[in-house]
Amino acid sequence: MESFSRQSTACFRARKSYKAMTNEQIKQIVLKMLGDVAPEADLYTIKPDVPVRDQLDIDSVDYLNFMVGLHKELGVEIPESDYPKMTTLDRCIEYLVPLTNRS
Amino acid sequence: MAKFVMPTLGADMTEGKLLAWRKKVGDFVHRGDIIADVETDKANIEVEVFATGVIETLVLEPGQKVPVGTLMAIIRQEGEPAGAEEIPEAAPAKKAVCEKVTAPPAPIPTAPPAPRPEGERIRISPAARKAAEELGIDPAAVTGTGPGGRITLEDVQRSATAKAAPVAKPEAVPAKPEATPAGITADRYARMRQVIADAMARSKREIPHYYLSTTIDMTRALDWLTEQNTKRPIEQRLLYGVLLVKAVALALHEVPELNSTWINGLVVKSPNVNVGMAISLRQGGLIAPALLKADSQSVDELMTNFLDLVKRARAGSLRSSELSDSTITVTSLGDQGVETVFGIIYPPQVALVGFGKVTERPWCVGGQTVSRRVISASLSGDHRVTDGHRGGVFLAAVDRLLQSPEKL
Repeated sequence: MESFSRQSTACFRARKSYKAMTNEQIKQIVLKMLGDVAPEADLYTIKPDVPVRDQLDIDSVDYLNFMVGLHKELGVEIPESDYPKMTTLDRCIEYLVPLTNRS
Repeated sequence: MAKFVMPTLGADMTEGKLLAWRKKVGDFVHRGDIIADVETDKANIEVEVFATGVIETLVLEPGQKVPVGTLMAIIRQEGEPAGAEEIPEAAPAKKAVCEKVTAPPAPIPTAPPAPRPEGERIRISPAARKAAEELGIDPAAVTGTGPGGRITLEDVQRSATAKAAPVAKPEAVPAKPEATPAGITADRYARMRQVIADAMARSKREIPHYYLSTTIDMTRALDWLTEQNTKRPIEQRLLYGVLLVKAVALALHEVPELNSTWINGLVVKSPNVNVGMAISLRQGGLIAPALLKADSQSVDELMTNFLDLVKRARAGSLRSSELSDSTITVTSLGDQGVETVFGIIYPPQVALVGFGKVTERPWCVGGQTVSRRVISASLSGDHRVTDGHRGGVFLAAVDRLLQSPEKL
């Protein structure tokens, strides 16, 4: 978990210096946010193409906190209507990369 | 003098362990201040005080585990002379009740309240006096927390709940994982399962449940919610669960007997609507802290307080009043894909409301079959207190209220 946190912080610094974020950097941030709402989860075992809610037993409160965490970490606006586009780790990355590189 | 005792934080709590005092002798405390941290089998709890005054004596030391109702501290209320109260003799004996015992401890009697001076008038509200008579509670044995030590209805109800709480039997101690012959302390999860088992078995044994369910069209409520959330920053978005809670809280105004407790064979109507929220803990088990006075909170306040409650429940920093004052429980298993929930009532409450997941179903409106998002709502009722007819009125009210979400 610590390694996720350190990498995430490094990503955040990179973003603050206006460097484009890579898929791997976004992935580390998503994993860190998932780790925040599901601290007992083994994030290394997450399957990228399976819904994270099913894998981590995340409820609606956790999911909202996950979205709020992404918003705060990345500074992106995520409309509620886009939540279905972010069900898996892969889909989160696919959705977030263009958003973060646009701003 | 006001007595601060080990609180009972639900039907499944028989004892608690003092973890730490947050105040010291001589400190001034206000009603509602947190003065101690207590460990129960389910969670660590921040315990509030129900009197205003100066802490005269701290009877227990951190690390001591005692039955509910045991004297923990004495608080000198305004206008009272210092040192006017002696600590009951039973108090020192409680030091024998400590953690990591290797043999079943002898039962420790709950510290009896100190007798009032002969001839002293008991200050008690009419409602509290009536409730005390109905519940067989001696007002002289109740610690008043109202102005000037006046006994309130809540004091009587609290006293009755404590009296009704089952006292741990000595022979039951070895069965608990925490006191194995080897002296090994089992994890809290095992203890939590044990207390849940005790409370649920007691509920099913004593409460004649009846169950009702209905399907509610959630289309208007969810459309309103989507419209609201589109306009809101992400931190202020609402979950549909708070609409359900608010609808339940308001529907209880129409069927207030469901917002009651059953204590010693009598129904005690609750003055406030405190909705207990069944929250699953990530490490396993569940806890049901209350959204206090949920009927008078806006949906935004309910959302903020609900998120805070979940966060603190999972972090182990709930307050005692949130666990002791629930008047009804709401549980939702929609996130787990469950369509209908038939829950078990948490005594001494007399009702539990369950919600399933939102599903899209064909629905007939004006002779036309249309698609609607619906949810299953169920009521588990205590048949000693209400009948199916009143339960049906309640569920109909919940349905009606959810059709006007903007008014919630």
